[in-house]
Amino acid sequence: MNGNMEKAWMRIPDIKFTKLFINGEFVDAISGKTFENIDPRTEEVIANVSEGDKEDVDLAVKAARQAFDHGPWPRLPGCERRRIMLKFADLIDENVDELAALDTVDAANLYSLGKAMQIHHGAELIRYYAGAADKIHGTTLKMSSELQGYTLVEPIGVVGHIVPWNFPTQMFVMKVGPALAAGCTMVVKPAEQTPLSALYYAHLAKQAGVPDGVINVVTGYGSTAGAAISSHMDIDMVSFTGSTETGHRIMQAAATSNLKAVSLELGGKSPFIVFDDADVDRVAPLALLGCFFNQGQICVAGTRTFVQEGIHDKFVDRLLEEVKRWVVGDPFDPNVNQGPQVDKKQYKKILSYIEHGKREGATLLAGGKPLPGKGYYIEPTIFTDVTDDMTIAKEEIFGPVMSIMKFKTVEEVIKRANGTKYGLAAGIMTNDLNIANTVARSLRAGAIWINCYFAFDNDLPIGGYKMSGFGKDMGIQALHKYLQIKSVATPIFNSPWL
Amino acid sequence: MAARRISSLVSRTLPLVSRGGKQTYVGRGIYRYSTAAALEDPIKPPVSVQYDKLLINGQFVDAASGKTFPTLDPRTGEVIAHVAEGDAEDINRAVAAARKAFDEGPWPKMTAYERQRILLRFADLVEKHNDEIAALETWDSGKLYEQCAQIEVPMFVRLFRYYAGWADKIHGLTIPADGALHVQTLHEPIGVAGQIIPWNFPLVMFAWKVGPALACGNTIVLKTAEQTPLSALLVSKLLHEAGLPDGVLNIVSGFGPTAGAALCSHMDVDKLAFTGSTETGKVVLELASKSNLKPVTLELGGKSPFIVCEDADVDQAVELAHFSLFFNQGQCCCAGSRTYVHEKVYDEFVEKAKARALRRAVGDPFKAGMEQGPQIDAEQFEKILKYIRLGKESGATVEAGGDRFGSKGYYIQPTVFSNVKDNMPIATDEIFGPVQTILKYKELDDVIRRANNTRYGLAAGVFTHNLDTANTLMRALRAGTVWINCFDTFDATIPFGGYKMSGIGREKGEYSLKNYLQVKAVVTSLKNPAWL
Repeated sequence: MNGNMEKAWMRIPDIKFTKLFINGEFVDAISGKTFENIDPRTEEVIANVSEGDKEDVDLAVKAARQAFDHGPWPRLPGCERRRIMLKFADLIDENVDELAALDTVDAANLYSLGKAMQIHHGAELIRYYAGAADKIHGTTLKMSSELQGYTLVEPIGVVGHIVPWNFPTQMFVMKVGPALAAGCTMVVKPAEQTPLSALYYAHLAKQAGVPDGVINVVTGYGSTAGAAISSHMDIDMVSFTGSTETGHRIMQAAATSNLKAVSLELGGKSPFIVFDDADVDRVAPLALLGCFFNQGQICVAGTRTFVQEGIHDKFVDRLLEEVKRWVVGDPFDPNVNQGPQVDKKQYKKILSYIEHGKREGATLLAGGKPLPGKGYYIEPTIFTDVTDDMTIAKEEIFGPVMSIMKFKTVEEVIKRANGTKYGLAAGIMTNDLNIANTVARSLRAGAIWINCYFAFDNDLPIGGYKMSGFGKDMGIQALHKYLQIKSVATPIFNSPWL
Repeated sequence: MAARRISSLVSRTLPLVSRGGKQTYVGRGIYRYSTAAALEDPIKPPVSVQYDKLLINGQFVDAASGKTFPTLDPRTGEVIAHVAEGDAEDINRAVAAARKAFDEGPWPKMTAYERQRILLRFADLVEKHNDEIAALETWDSGKLYEQCAQIEVPMFVRLFRYYAGWADKIHGLTIPADGALHVQTLHEPIGVAGQIIPWNFPLVMFAWKVGPALACGNTIVLKTAEQTPLSALLVSKLLHEAGLPDGVLNIVSGFGPTAGAALCSHMDVDKLAFTGSTETGKVVLELASKSNLKPVTLELGGKSPFIVCEDADVDQAVELAHFSLFFNQGQCCCAGSRTYVHEKVYDEFVEKAKARALRRAVGDPFKAGMEQGPQIDAEQFEKILKYIRLGKESGATVEAGGDRFGSKGYYIQPTVFSNVKDNMPIATDEIFGPVQTILKYKELDDVIRRANNTRYGLAAGVFTHNLDTANTLMRALRAGTVWINCFDTFDATIPFGGYKMSGIGREKGEYSLKNYLQVKAVVTSLKNPAWL
């Protein structure tokens, strides 16, 4: 960071909403408690936010249950839900500056990117699901006897969403959008690190006409508010995005309470595979972005960079050039590529992984240190000569740390890429059609990006294989996890056909 | 929802007999005591005609011939405007513009999300201009202003929002084939679509045709009906304001044998969609087959049965049967124009249907509280009167109406025939006017056979609360739509189209997308696939 620059962009937005949002009102926690919301750039407190606990979750669930059982939302025709959701999306677009600033100050998402794209993408996803609200089709069935059979596709009920801190806006709309379209009501628990934009979105949803009780937001911690959601007897489904470790606990709580349906989008250690024929000038910047974007705090980050031996050295040289141009600094600064890590805990965890890498014999190509001064800044760090058994090649670091590994053959890299408990995403960099097709089918991962990375799209479902979770976010598949199917059969008489 | 939609539709346009049991219109609309004054002094429409030329490549232009034709006010037969009269040369120009817009873009090359946004913006703009658009529609077509402003324009908006939502959800398949193959289907826009729409619902038909074609990324040449060219031009102006690129939607006003025929036989049009009479539908299909074998969607005539079962609440059945036939001056392809009533309730039904028809408020469609305006034009007017004469001559009993209404414009008295036999012309032919024909039946099997004994198969109404009867009829009737205890529920999501000579294909709903998409199978051989 350049300490001499006058930082006009280093600003804290006006924070309007810091209380729980229950049944259409902003309210204090029953306990009256609050928790500190810290700016990761300065480590200073920017707001005190109501700390929800079990009692608050109970109130929120009660409101959601009332709104589901007796309220208008699930009873509105799909086109009416669509109308309200389209209004919600328009309101998001109208408040981009403020929302982007909240995510920057809270999660250190790059402000210029948020303002130009990410918040609008949130609105776009809401529009996508708005358009799906009147397209939830059941089927009429081909019965083998004189029966008329059909399926009704019904909203699953009250949904608990537990969302992470890395992309507060994306995570909120990704969960809330399809559940709203389906006609569900919900309780959202944002991460304790990043509670601000979720409260703002709840306020906008209300303005758009989402009835009270349909969206409730309980800010607080995972071990208290989060646990209360996953073990609640009156929540019909829990949808969680976060670490694999917490995913275990969520599923267990669901199992021991009311067997609520569970959807988990968890950690990853995604391979980014560069084959000999790849164009280094295109691929090296993509590999860098695929690993370091959002400070490496992205579940689908391409953190295991497998490079074929014929191109390895050339690729590493090119990457080194690229990383020199990669600017770390205040995320409000439009020239910056990478901001601070979200909090002290993550910051320390990442630094300890970097130490593991050094100790276990990987070659440090770039970075490897925190930035001096305040804030949780870490240099973009690249290790080469990484082997599959090193800690940095096995565990999810969730920081700006890339591990480069050399491979020889297609068969070898498939085996090594799949040699992980995770299976979230993968990148394949080749223009060889057969290699691309073979590897795409062979990798045990939920999203495969060929000659691209982070190709997220409203219509493209994302979710994991193996211990990266189950259930998809985005796309029409995400809508269907908030729906359940009722089969109806009744005898028919004198039908001219069966 | 369907039931609620229909009751709101009915309550907005018609008095509901079942509501409180009172006859809301008593003393107001009995036409025998005349509303002639209103007819002699038509209300001045609160709108002016701004667009009367052809729309080609984003520009309003004169016809190549320089010719125009008058569009008439059905209330008076007077000229509203002189509209550019497109012919083969104009169709050629429009197709060339559409072809260029398709082949060179940007429309099909845009992201589906952007196409969606333009359609959503268009819907917002139409919503903003609701009353103006509705007034122009009423002026040109004689449809009730309240019906246009409160039902049809809002429905138009919903249709476009619905199709906007499809734009980014058009999914092909990946397919497991027998062998080491990767198979995927691409759903591609079909190309230049030629669309011909009728005069009975100019705006709604515009939405049924243009909405899905645009959502799928096609370009269009649309021919409006010569009776009702105006509203399409106005909304198309708004569609361009919303961001539609030039050349994507071209509108050629004109006549069927000239502009319509040129569109149908054009070698560079990839798809045809037509709504209108069965007779013209045959010509459209023939021209398509003789030219470039373009696929054709046809939505044609009907003679739809409305079956009142023995368990029916007669008051409710009468009201719904009345609505199913008389709605929109009887100018609906799916009108419930054969009212089959079980013998047990027949006499009571006829008595009440007559009373209801006599109570129907006929008058200037701009006047509040009216239920029926004029027929569209002199030709239809004469045709309907001819069928009324045929009904009388063939021995059916006139219970109500039976003549023109007033002395000016194309108004016809709401007419009810009882004692109708299946072979009478009024029971076999599509009249497309306010003429209800009531037929008696005894057995369910008998009414199924008689209801199906027609060359048409567009729709059917069933009025019963008996679940088994409803289920039997719903499967036995050979028709594209069966409405049970409701009628004319035209939600964007519900497919609509005919069996038999009522047409080919379905419009609205997800099914409509198929009309405007090509399916391309892409097969790639695989080397060492991990699974098949």
